[in-house]
Amino acid sequence: MNWYAIKAIYKFEMARTRRTLLQSIVAPVISTSLYFVVFGAAIGGRIQEVEGVSYGAFIVPGLIMLSLLTNSISNASFGIYFPKFSGTIYELLSAPVSMFEAVLGYVGAAASKSLILGTIILATSALFVPLQIAHPFVMILFLLLTCITFSLFGFIIGIWADNFEKLQLIPMLIVTPLVFLGGSFYSASMLSPFWQTVTLFNPVLYLISGFRWSFYELADVSIAVSLGMILMFLLACIGTVWWIFKTGYHIKK
Amino acid sequence: MQDTIVSIRNLSKTYAGGFKALKQVNLDIRRGEIIALLGPNGAGKTTLISTICGLVNPSEGQVLVDGFDIIRDFRKTRSLIGLVPQELTTDAFESVLSTVTFSRGLFGKAPDPAHIEAVLRDLSLWEKRNNKIITLSGGMKRRLLIAKALSHEPRVLFLDEPTAGVDVELRKDMWALVRRLRDSGVTIILTTHYIEEAEEIADRIGIITRGELLLVEDKSELMRKLGKKQLIMDLLQPLADIPDTLAHYTLALSADGLQLTHTYDSQGADADITALLDDLRRVGIHFKDIRTTQSSLEEIFVKLVEEAR
Repeated sequence: MNWYAIKAIYKFEMARTRRTLLQSIVAPVISTSLYFVVFGAAIGGRIQEVEGVSYGAFIVPGLIMLSLLTNSISNASFGIYFPKFSGTIYELLSAPVSMFEAVLGYVGAAASKSLILGTIILATSALFVPLQIAHPFVMILFLLLTCITFSLFGFIIGIWADNFEKLQLIPMLIVTPLVFLGGSFYSASMLSPFWQTVTLFNPVLYLISGFRWSFYELADVSIAVSLGMILMFLLACIGTVWWIFKTGYHIKK
Repeated sequence: MQDTIVSIRNLSKTYAGGFKALKQVNLDIRRGEIIALLGPNGAGKTTLISTICGLVNPSEGQVLVDGFDIIRDFRKTRSLIGLVPQELTTDAFESVLSTVTFSRGLFGKAPDPAHIEAVLRDLSLWEKRNNKIITLSGGMKRRLLIAKALSHEPRVLFLDEPTAGVDVELRKDMWALVRRLRDSGVTIILTTHYIEEAEEIADRIGIITRGELLLVEDKSELMRKLGKKQLIMDLLQPLADIPDTLAHYTLALSADGLQLTHTYDSQGADADITALLDDLRRVGIHFKDIRTTQSSLEEIFVKLVEEAR
């Protein structure tokens, strides 16, 4: 195992975050705070409690998931796409580094950044709404699994993309709508039976539902199903990355 | 038999579109030599280097570096190799010191600030160590890429067009650096389409075109074997015609009749200059000056590539 290489990639990616602190940390925190102001204070004041939880507190898990998903994907996809774009990937390809080690470095850094961001947003939200975390270990497990899984997904997107438009395509056109429609701002039980059924086809619903359960023991689907879904997606991502390494897809000629 | 550090056997590369970039290339690179791979654009030079370094998957054949297979023992071979790419590809917003330190880590070496400092000093980059790469000149960026490639102390260094787009002064500095590296025991493989570069610094020359290695030869041997020599004589009196008794020599007379040129192969039977001079004296041709010229590597290269077409 080339630990020096994993450490070098990890440190390099984390240094990039430090250089772009405004974009990496401050911007997501500000936009999440704005969600609290708009949905929590302005609109939330007019909405009744959702299953015994104030609306402002209810949306916290969904907002954290929104940030985690989008940032995990963008951090990991940019991390591997940019060396491809700039040509510096030659160094990674010519180094005594297996693709598994490269993934550990890139995905580890992207997941770490998302974890830090999620923690900051959680702390920020405590300034706006009274928070309770019923199952802290489950919450941490969901945070970790989500960060790792969606960083892997971002890595796949970064390998697949051959231009900046493609890099943004899946996060903007697929992931963000799925998060918004996955119960970030509402409970699926508030929907009509037809839309409740449709929502069950949205994988993000299971993440948000499980994560929210760790806070308030409120869930649209059972916690076991939520955990099963995220583990399935994690396995799918690992399988895809394994295939990329095996074939050299979009990396080697 | 000379000690081989890189052994290439029947190496071929066919890209997905069907283009054959390398065709059954065989080459042994000797430890501690500077070998220049010459060839026109698109000849396969960069593909050959990229395959050995791990950037391109070979279609068939085998490459051994210090006895290790580049596929099976990729960790061992890649840790022995440094690569300086043709393009100035750098992380613009990184500092010089951090990017060179990153390279050493990437190649699995423990941090060694003293070595990094020595490399940067040797390449006149130490004063710029805290500067962002984006602020460096083109020449400095080129040296930085060399510093990155040397950060993990490779035994084999690949330089892909090291002086492309570099001014004359910097080019000479680069040649001096390459010689210093060779003297320190590093084997150098460089690709170039600057013939003068190969002529200036290479010990051996390989000529590659259309994915085929036409020949590999010691530079001096190549020029001796394939170089044509000319003996040019400035005559005292103009000559109307070349006498019939000299017809067996390859002689050419200038339009004004004052210069006689004898073209010969330095290894051929017509290389006996004394006999020619005796014959000239015998027929009453006297000259006031005499000199020889030898065809350059460029002429040899052009001739070989044209023959291959």
